[in-house]
Amino acid sequence: MPKPTIGLEVHVQLRTDSKMFCACPMEFGAEPNTRVCPVCLALPGSLPVLNRVALESTIALGLALHCHITPFSQFHRKNYFYPDLPKGYQISQYDLPLASDGYLTLPKESIAASFKKVGIIRVHMEEDTAKSIHGASLAHNVGYALLDFNRSGVPLLEVVSAPDLESPEEASAYLVELRAILRTLGISSGNMEEGALRCDVNISLDRGTRAEVKNLNSFRAVRKALEYEFQRQCERVERGEAVLLETRHWDEAKGVTIPGRSKEEAEDYRYFPEPDLLPLEIDVRWVEQVHRSLPELPEGRRERLASLGLHPSEAITLAHNPELACFFDGALEVGAPPKETANWLLGEVQRILHAGGKSLEETPLTPVRLAELLRLIQQGVISSKGGKALLEVMLTSDRPPAELVEALGLAQVSDPVQIRLWVQEAIAANPKQSEQYRQGKEALLAFFAGQVMKKSFGNANPELLDRILKEELQATA
Amino acid sequence: MIVTLEDVRHIARLARLAFDEEELLAMRGEMEALLSHFSRIDTLDTSLVPPTTSVLPLANVLREDTPHLGLSHEDALQNAPEQEGGFFRIRTFLEDAFPRVPALQGSERIPAKT
Amino acid sequence: MPSLECLPSREAKGYQRKRKMINPLLMQPAHRVLPLLRAGEISSVELVRAALDWIAEADPDLGAFLYVAEARAMARAISIDKARHQGEEVGPLAGLPVALKDNMCQRDTPTTCGSRILEGFRSPYDATVVRKLEEAGAVILGKCNMDEFAMGSSTENSAFQQTRNPWDLERVPGGSSGGSAAAVTAGEVYLSLGSDTGGSIRQPASFCGLPGMKPTYGRVSRYGLVAFASSLDQIGAFARNIPDLALAMQTISGHDSLDSTSLPEAVPDYLGALQREPGALRVGVAKDQLALEGLSPSVRQIFEEAIAKLAGLGFLLEEVTLPHASYGLPTYYLIAPAECSANLARFDGIRYGLREEGRDLFDQYCRTRRQGFGAEVRRRIMVGTYALSAGYREAFYLKAQKVRTLIRQDFTEAFKRVDLIALPTTPTVAFRFGERTEDPLSMYMADLFTIPISLAGLPALSLPIDWIPPEEGEGPPMPVGMQLVGPAMAETRVLQAAYCYEKSSGLHDLIPSFVNDRKGLRFDPQQCSQIWGQI
Repeated sequence: MPKPTIGLEVHVQLRTDSKMFCACPMEFGAEPNTRVCPVCLALPGSLPVLNRVALESTIALGLALHCHITPFSQFHRKNYFYPDLPKGYQISQYDLPLASDGYLTLPKESIAASFKKVGIIRVHMEEDTAKSIHGASLAHNVGYALLDFNRSGVPLLEVVSAPDLESPEEASAYLVELRAILRTLGISSGNMEEGALRCDVNISLDRGTRAEVKNLNSFRAVRKALEYEFQRQCERVERGEAVLLETRHWDEAKGVTIPGRSKEEAEDYRYFPEPDLLPLEIDVRWVEQVHRSLPELPEGRRERLASLGLHPSEAITLAHNPELACFFDGALEVGAPPKETANWLLGEVQRILHAGGKSLEETPLTPVRLAELLRLIQQGVISSKGGKALLEVMLTSDRPPAELVEALGLAQVSDPVQIRLWVQEAIAANPKQSEQYRQGKEALLAFFAGQVMKKSFGNANPELLDRILKEELQATA
Repeated sequence: MIVTLEDVRHIARLARLAFDEEELLAMRGEMEALLSHFSRIDTLDTSLVPPTTSVLPLANVLREDTPHLGLSHEDALQNAPEQEGGFFRIRTFLEDAFPRVPALQGSERIPAKT
Repeated sequence: MPSLECLPSREAKGYQRKRKMINPLLMQPAHRVLPLLRAGEISSVELVRAALDWIAEADPDLGAFLYVAEARAMARAISIDKARHQGEEVGPLAGLPVALKDNMCQRDTPTTCGSRILEGFRSPYDATVVRKLEEAGAVILGKCNMDEFAMGSSTENSAFQQTRNPWDLERVPGGSSGGSAAAVTAGEVYLSLGSDTGGSIRQPASFCGLPGMKPTYGRVSRYGLVAFASSLDQIGAFARNIPDLALAMQTISGHDSLDSTSLPEAVPDYLGALQREPGALRVGVAKDQLALEGLSPSVRQIFEEAIAKLAGLGFLLEEVTLPHASYGLPTYYLIAPAECSANLARFDGIRYGLREEGRDLFDQYCRTRRQGFGAEVRRRIMVGTYALSAGYREAFYLKAQKVRTLIRQDFTEAFKRVDLIALPTTPTVAFRFGERTEDPLSMYMADLFTIPISLAGLPALSLPIDWIPPEEGEGPPMPVGMQLVGPAMAETRVLQAAYCYEKSSGLHDLIPSFVNDRKGLRFDPQQCSQIWGQI
């Protein structure tokens, strides 16, 4: 069985406030051609000026991917004509990418057999193109295309991996990890469906001739396309046919890759240094400054969380969700116990959010409030079950948890006299069951506990109840 | 220094310029003459000379990431040869991504505009 | 120096009609008119009206303007007069008629770059220099003719019209900023802006007998200047004399955050510096350049006389060599076309400009650009694309970039020994129409002495040093210019030295016969009061 060799080329849209080379606001979903200026429309006479945050975001990603940050870099013009490329050249980087020679570590638990480093060949900056809508999608207007330049000049990073990936699952894991890093750095939404993350894949069998597959707009598409392409190449080889060096496109609807039109002649991009921009000189101090400002990255975060006693899957989930991880850390800061916090945050909180179709930021729940909830349970003020009821309310109300406990009557009854009274009532009311228990049917303990819980509206302290119930059942003997 | 007709055709395709046969021939001659003249710089030894990309003693010219609106929608589209619904309109180009044949070969000729 | 008043004047065939007299005020330098505006002795409305009338009268013969913004200029003159009347701050150039080369964007105004591909295009934004001129109160009368996309040395490459040299209407004004130079020479405006990539200000300044300056690369913002060759393009100005030129340069120079290649250094007070003597500056004379083939013997002779005059004025002459400067021409004609091949790719008929329908998009691109660009522009795009294409990039583009380094080093070496370098501006005086259009190389030769300085990004100024009779055929005497070149950022020194020379020569008061029937009219400063009296 041949083995696939896979490399990914990922385009990442940065989430800056303004575009790469002009001050146009980055606003997705704005009316067409309303976030444009002479620069991103390439009007005659306009000139580019580089966005500092875009540059520093690139350095940050380079560092997060363990890359070498070049001390000297430069932009080049990549020359080709295309309607979505207004200048007739794309400002990109050529022989001096900002970051190179790094790696990304795939988390151990996400793939059964491996814990591996995927080489990062380069990370470079370039500008996005305009968006085109083709006539085909506008039934009345076949044969025409419409251009919206709002996206023109949005900062892009191109992240090129080495062909180190050996399965569609690994490719998927790589993308997930890369997205987690981008989100942790806060430099991109990483949202594939919105085009903030775009992926081209190269795949070959046993490092033979590779095919490139473009137009992969979801994690699912990446995996499916790779599976299809692997299968297709295997079948060719079995039939004794060679795999062709070609660019193919993923047809989402049909679930197949189709060959792109073969090029009459090789593209000649005529790269040359962009004379409208000056070189970048990135000294060690600058790099260190960016390094110091880096947040805890997914890899380190996973290790730390695991060391706190979290289950590996919990650690991965938190590491891949920077907002959740921040929330988690916030709760720990005010004294919440790690395991319980993870348990509640990833369990009950997510369950309720999911059911309500909401995100955490949309609720009034804060790390401090969650910690308070856990403290109330720990101190026995409320039961675990009461905690769940309280949480439901906390996700819609911003009243202090203690107040809610009061208002909802969730406070746990830990008064032994009261509990003993309920227990005695329950035994008295169920002499038959009481008799059976004494004859050895210990499972009936739960029956009596349920009876008492009913009487207490669920608020009886379960540990106390357990102790008193046993005492009373023995005593009646 | 020899420039062939095929070179000229190839360059014309890259540059998106149409020429008729007569113009191609003339352009070939002109390019060959000019490039031959310019290749005079070959006589200089530049093996140890760094290239000049910019004469400026500057680097790291950056702007802060502060957004402000550029052109109004009307200004953006005012020069558009064709527009529709706030978009620039152009003939569809999906099948044009990879040009197959150069325009204007053989006898086809564009009348010069006066 | 021959007395011009005695020399025969010749006008081109068909241009012998009687013209109305020019308002003599229009032939004054800005420095004599601005105080009158300031004092309220004349209004901006009067001055702008006079200039517009003169343009209407003279420009059909001259062809300096591609577009005259009459209504807009008058409205602006009215508002400036009003503001001045109300005691508001109106700026140092308030009310003064000026003009732009048509490759500078002005809001809601056509910008064609002398090209069909931009016919009908109206810029929705202002170039930084336009903003600066308007902030200074200047009244922009319109856009001047130029070689298409600034590619040329005679303005013959304009897609729209010829511009004639006011000293001899059968000769070219130089280029590519020929319209801007002719407009100032002929009294249509007081100051004009041009752009200089390989000599496009200095060469027409020399051909038209004006001072013209190209500053250090980066001194003036290029934002809004339609790019030809980005690493070489610089905006500069034409004026009637050095103080006016200093004023113009002062107005447009300075850092601009919209241009990454804009120098952050503060701009010195050029005008103030003209009040001071520059001292005994060492002037380098590049003898090896004077030996170059193509330099006309009479131009060389006049240049050497000018050098001698400089010595007489107290400058110290030193011999310098620029061993690689003679490689400037091929170097420039590889780098500039390479950059232009990319800069002109945006003219694709999609967002603005000409569109020619074709069979498919590829065909549409090719036809649009074929119809939109003239022969010289197409030639340079082809050569530039070739120089960058796979297999030739190293031998042509990269090699030229390296030779550019050698040429810069020549100047660096020379400026260790001297404060300025003097060179002829052009190898010959203005040539006749059609003389060089057939042979591109002969046209390129017109920039022989200006190109190396552009490649080094240095400040340089051309000023008239004499008028000489034509070497062949008949005709009126034509101006000869000298270039003064400084190290980077030494604009002040260049202007000071040029002012020294100008004061001693008095040549700036010459005006061409074109402007009225009096041949070679000379304004004597002492006669000024009489002229004012007539107004």
